[in-house]
Amino acid sequence: MMLKVTLQQSSPIKLDVKFSCESGETLALVGPSGAGKSTVLRCIAGLSLVRHGQVLCKNETWFDSDARVNKTPQQRRVGMVFQNYALFPHLTVADNLKLALDKGIANSQYNIDKLLDQVNLTGLEQRYPAQLSGGQQQRVALARALARQPQVLLLDEPFSAVDKVTRRKLYLELNTLRRNLDMPVILVTHDLDEAAMLADSLCVIHHGKTLQHGSPEQVLYQPINSSVARQVDVRNILKGRIKSHNGELMLEWHHYVFSVSHLSGFAEGQYVVFALSPAKILLHQRVRPSRGVQENPVAGIIRDRVTLRGITTVLFSVALAEDTILQMDLPEHVAMRNQLNIGEMITVSLLADAIHVMAE
Amino acid sequence: MDWQAFEVSIMLAVLTCLSLLPIGLALAYLLVKSNFMGRGVIEAIITLPLVLPPTVLGYFLLVGMDNESFFGSLFVSLTGQSLAFSFAGLWFASIIYSLPFAVQPMMRSLEMIEPEIREAAWCSGLSKWRTFFKIELPLAWPGILTAMVLCFSHTLGEFGVVLMIGGNIAGETRTLSIAIYDSVLAFEHQQAQTMSIILLAIALITISVVYSFNRTRVLRF
Repeated sequence: MMLKVTLQQSSPIKLDVKFSCESGETLALVGPSGAGKSTVLRCIAGLSLVRHGQVLCKNETWFDSDARVNKTPQQRRVGMVFQNYALFPHLTVADNLKLALDKGIANSQYNIDKLLDQVNLTGLEQRYPAQLSGGQQQRVALARALARQPQVLLLDEPFSAVDKVTRRKLYLELNTLRRNLDMPVILVTHDLDEAAMLADSLCVIHHGKTLQHGSPEQVLYQPINSSVARQVDVRNILKGRIKSHNGELMLEWHHYVFSVSHLSGFAEGQYVVFALSPAKILLHQRVRPSRGVQENPVAGIIRDRVTLRGITTVLFSVALAEDTILQMDLPEHVAMRNQLNIGEMITVSLLADAIHVMAE
Repeated sequence: MDWQAFEVSIMLAVLTCLSLLPIGLALAYLLVKSNFMGRGVIEAIITLPLVLPPTVLGYFLLVGMDNESFFGSLFVSLTGQSLAFSFAGLWFASIIYSLPFAVQPMMRSLEMIEPEIREAAWCSGLSKWRTFFKIELPLAWPGILTAMVLCFSHTLGEFGVVLMIGGNIAGETRTLSIAIYDSVLAFEHQQAQTMSIILLAIALITISVVYSFNRTRVLRF
């Protein structure tokens, strides 16, 4: 185990966080603003103190409230990229890096060149931070964080201060870079897409508490409860009840009874929350019946449609479920070919595999 | 032209500046970084000389420096000479009198440094002392320079306090502003004019240096 973090306190900021991260793994701490993500990062770096807990890195104890161990940020060997980058404004790019390099390193010029090359910044050594674009500043901050050869790399909302186009470019760069890093990388972000794209695992934090820790696939598509589902912006969160039908457990939703692939652990009569992934709702073609039409069929009326980057989101109301609005994502060409216009009737299948049932 | 008074004035201004550099920085740093209960009171005491009439401040300093007082007697026992009506007394009074001019600009410039910059330095492995010398001091430099220039000009022009505690001893406590006052009283207008022009020129040059320095810094960052 490379980095192991347990933090607990009730004030001033409530924290109840536990996670671990292996070398070479990128863990994203996700959650809304004010959820305590940055505080967790600051506690790992030694910039904030928490009442109870432990921060273990490799075989070193950085913080242990019981053993009264609390190493200073200088002793902890962390590389931190701050939200506003916090570059030293009076120093050139090269000097910013030089300060973070170990004093003992003989060939510092070689190291600076190597670091700048790593973040694609060669040739800008003599610039001051104010003479750099937002994206370049972020790269310098990253290079400075790596200069110390840290045991943990901490990234605090590193993309929030750059425009969308630059952000996309930096995502790809960081994605390539992190594959070559052999330390745990902790990324704090409130952007789920960013987290899913860059991280190997996600840790959802809300009100200072770890709600779920798992792979992006697990957290985004199989949230353990409705709080996580809401935090990770799951659409189509609905309430239902488990029912026994011919000896088999099924899901009852208004007048519908759905068959569901995974219902182990739930009991008959239990009220549950379930999510339908909008991308996994199957549209029945009007002209010829498609595969799976018999699987949990539901009829509805199209209320609205929005297209963004080739994906059409169709909102339709289900008459037999008190006009509940459901969302369905389709490739744009499918929506066009099927002439999905507002007011029209459609039928869809809620595939048994795509219904994710959770505890309330 | 009273060159002796000129020498005393310059000497006093330089020594006051040099003393206030560490004292002011230490106080400013302490006030910016810590958040203790009596912070407001200490800030008020430091700022007091700014609003107090110089004669009032001079009076209290004179009382404090009296050989019968605790501080005055301590100084006598240590050095064998009296603090009041001496250059040392004048120097001490100038430090008190110019304290707000040193601490205030230093505090403002230290406050302007974002806490993340400091933390980034710690995370880069810099000790607190190295962070101070490599990061905070260079970033606060405009404020420190402003403080020094203000202290220098202010000490050079100080009159009320000097008159109260220094008297008018040639070569010891007689500063340029006292000499100007004397010349006017003695109807030596030519001499008063020369000395006034010298003080005006010094003030103008120092202030211009600060403004142009700060401007080039703003352009660079």
